[in-house]
Amino acid sequence: MSTATRVPGRAIGAPLDRIDGPQKVTGTAPYAYEHHVGYPLYLYPLQSDIVRGRVAQIDASAAEALPGVILVITHENAPRLADTSDKELAILQSDEVAFRGQYVGAVVAETFEIARHAAQIIKISYDEKAHDVALRADRDDLYTPDRVSGGFPTDTEEGDFDEAFSSAAVKLDETYATPMEHNNPMEPHTTVAVWEGGDLTLYESTQGPHRVKAKVAPIFGLDPSRVRVVAPYVGGGFGSKGLPHANTILAALAARKVEGRPVKFALTRQQMFSCVGYRTPTIQRIRLGADEDGRLTAISHEVVEQTAKIKEFAEQTAIATRMMYATGSRRTTHRLAALDVPVPSWMRAPGECPGMYALEAAMDEMAIKCNLDPVEFRIRNEPEIDALTGLPYSSRNLVACLREGARRFGWEDRDPIPCVWREGRWLVGTGVASATYPVGRQPGSRVRIRCEGDGRYAVEIGAADIGTGTWTALTQISADALDVGVEVIDLKIGDTNVPFASVAGNSSGITSWGSTIFEAARAFREQHGQDPSEGDEVEAGMPENPETDNYAMHAFGAYFVEARVDADTGEVRIPRMTGVFAVGNIINPKTARSQFIGGMTMGLGMALHEESLVDPRFGHVVNHDFAEYHIPTNADVGEMDIVWIEEEDPYVNPMGSKGIGEIGIVGSSAAIANAVYHASGIRVRDLPITPDKLVQ
Amino acid sequence: MKPYHYQRARDIPGAVAALAEQPNGKYLAGGTNLVDLMKLEIMTPDMLVDVRRLTSDRIEETEDGGVRIGAAVTNSDLAADRTIRSCYPVLSQALVSGASGQLRNLATTGGNLLQRTRCVYFYDTTTPCNKREPGSGCSAIDGHNKDHAILGASERCVATHPSDMAVAMTALEAFVNVHGPDGERRIPIEELHRPPGDEPERDTTLEHGELITAVDLPPLAFASNSKYRKVRERASYAFALVSVAAALDVEDGTVRDVRLALGGVAHKPWRATKAEEALRGEQANEANFRAAADIELEDAEPLRDNAFKVPLARNIITRALLELSEER
Repeated sequence: MSTATRVPGRAIGAPLDRIDGPQKVTGTAPYAYEHHVGYPLYLYPLQSDIVRGRVAQIDASAAEALPGVILVITHENAPRLADTSDKELAILQSDEVAFRGQYVGAVVAETFEIARHAAQIIKISYDEKAHDVALRADRDDLYTPDRVSGGFPTDTEEGDFDEAFSSAAVKLDETYATPMEHNNPMEPHTTVAVWEGGDLTLYESTQGPHRVKAKVAPIFGLDPSRVRVVAPYVGGGFGSKGLPHANTILAALAARKVEGRPVKFALTRQQMFSCVGYRTPTIQRIRLGADEDGRLTAISHEVVEQTAKIKEFAEQTAIATRMMYATGSRRTTHRLAALDVPVPSWMRAPGECPGMYALEAAMDEMAIKCNLDPVEFRIRNEPEIDALTGLPYSSRNLVACLREGARRFGWEDRDPIPCVWREGRWLVGTGVASATYPVGRQPGSRVRIRCEGDGRYAVEIGAADIGTGTWTALTQISADALDVGVEVIDLKIGDTNVPFASVAGNSSGITSWGSTIFEAARAFREQHGQDPSEGDEVEAGMPENPETDNYAMHAFGAYFVEARVDADTGEVRIPRMTGVFAVGNIINPKTARSQFIGGMTMGLGMALHEESLVDPRFGHVVNHDFAEYHIPTNADVGEMDIVWIEEEDPYVNPMGSKGIGEIGIVGSSAAIANAVYHASGIRVRDLPITPDKLVQ
Repeated sequence: MKPYHYQRARDIPGAVAALAEQPNGKYLAGGTNLVDLMKLEIMTPDMLVDVRRLTSDRIEETEDGGVRIGAAVTNSDLAADRTIRSCYPVLSQALVSGASGQLRNLATTGGNLLQRTRCVYFYDTTTPCNKREPGSGCSAIDGHNKDHAILGASERCVATHPSDMAVAMTALEAFVNVHGPDGERRIPIEELHRPPGDEPERDTTLEHGELITAVDLPPLAFASNSKYRKVRERASYAFALVSVAAALDVEDGTVRDVRLALGGVAHKPWRATKAEEALRGEQANEANFRAAADIELEDAEPLRDNAFKVPLARNIITRALLELSEER
């Protein structure tokens, strides 16, 4: 792979309209549920009402007698799965219940309405056992996982933290908490499962069609060549569709029992709060020590979070703290409580998002203790090299983002004293926070390029567009890689019938898929020249990037936020947010801007709204709909000033780009929390910051 | 959703007669709440009698100088009505603060009064709820109860009434006209909704088969100096944590008359009569407004998660009255 600086060509960097825009706004872009399949049946799941125990008896007689009910499937009659090693996916294989909401069966019927009603009249009795779903930092059964998610070490220790902290001139010791949150993409998780002669086709709402195929095939004892996954359009995922969840298996199991007829299964919004992953609640103790000049000498970030008893998921919450700032000593730890809960999973920037909320809120408090402006405090603690790897950064422009953001936002005249700026009933304040996200990169992607004649090129890679603009961005990259116009590129993605692509997650899609497209285009021109014949074709795999041995690669950013707090009611409004990002080259300014707006809006929701309330008696999320689980409405989102600075990074990939899907949520909630403190004088350390925590 | 019969009647007496024969039947108007509840099998009527086109969809001035609002008037139309906006701004503001534009276009005046609570346990058929299943217990009283009542609750139920419109109508002392099997009657809105007591399954005093046909707003000159203030967890599209409907009549700095009703604090729209009494004849100033609010809230019995509603209600009562006294 060439790692020389590549001047962006005519397509990369152009504000191209989404090429799938017309289909989407006219409703002709088929999402999973909308694929036309012959004579489909509809599935409604049966979910356990208890948290832990065994299914004792299932009385489905009334349901089975309903006209239109084709099948009631439970552990008693479900096909045996060939591979039950993943306990999240090994459903209906026994009578055991391990968490509230676990699938214990399903009804398949001629219509969705019949299936739902049948499910509602099935009587299931249980032998119930005591359960435990409450996360607390003082539990005596917290354990240390072998690694945390992403393969990172669970704990790290640099220097002598205890000594450095105890002797620090300025100290901070605070605990921050984030609640359970649910991803809730617009399109719920959906599967249309079709068995034909022992072959399985899944029309699936997924971030990784090939990953679904690889996961599902062994579970059903199939050679992967007998499974096809189709996902041309996906209505969001935010990580919850990065791996198949039990809903996919349930649909495929049921469809196998009614072979010859496809089975459609789309979750209801309420069902989105049980079996498709969530962000673990976190309890994070942060200790910071600094010298008289405001230079950090000690950083400790100790995380307590939860996992499921049936399958470990250890969110890498303290990961960014390991590299964000320079310090004389540093400790990070992760401890887990294994509970009778559904399996937590990825939610936009798992690790960095909750961790940077805590770190950046603590940095704000520490700046005040050090009598430093919070921008200056961060700049003063800018590291020379990456503490995690000991390598220099391929590019690190956090300081430039902070300075540019401060300039654009009008930060310089800020009075640091909280609760003094008042406009009528509004208490007004401003806050800042930093952002970071690694340049994600996943191996294995492959690209096929074929000359179709008339100067057209087919570019095929089984990647997913989860609403981010992949259709458009990969078309732009293909055009530049082949040195042709975007109008002659026929991109094919979202299907396992085209070559393997890694998952749309970890902000790694464009780096992984784009690098592979460049590699395939190079090979294509090498073999077939500038004037290929129809049918000329190459397939190439993702190249190594040797520069990853030489440089640490991260994106950075900074937020500046104005918050208004109603002095009577504690209502918080955010009239403006500035986000400045250093993310290398931007492939498409339009879709990029949407990504940043989306990330920052989700950060706003995290700061002010989102909280899944688990009732420990019943073990499930009781506010499981959009009336009670609040995400921001349009009226909550004020002016979004979003820019990116010029950043040439010749090392990251041939496009010179860094992934941008997640960085917008990393730290944005902290900037809001810091602004709310500056406005109101009240430091809320457990999100979300709702009026009840501010009203006096 | 349980299968049900659907029927459309020719006229109001026909609808009333049809439902009278169906002990487990319900009227259907906009359906914005009922249909959701049926999908979740929280409500499982055997029969729906569609009354959408039977009652009036007009807003008319009455002989006594008040306004009659047909039960089929949509929330959007009522909020936008010129007379309502100028003579009863509190009502228009309350309507616009509720739900979304799409829902307001469909939801009716009669139906809005009969919204069911948004208690999360009422909305979940797997948890005990005395309102949904009498005698099964109240999950909220020892559960998540941030959104729940601080006034007039019982050991059986701590749910709140979700309507904004009804809070404004309570402050305006509206009358609800109903047509039932025994003929017509006119109910002061204060007597339409009821405290939970021992029968939380009953939201209102309506008898089975009684159909709301219209709501009358009596003339109230100082209602032109009224406002609705709703506090919620996001800027739009959320139920009230606490809301206040207020109308104020001040002369020479003295409160001549005042109307106050609270939403989000009780099983019914809460008419703050104690605060009103404390204010009549007193100086219109912040200290008196605050003191009156405190008197009303003396009886508050907060639950685990909702003690904040007491200062919140006090603050917004005070603020609403201050703004009304300044804006005159």
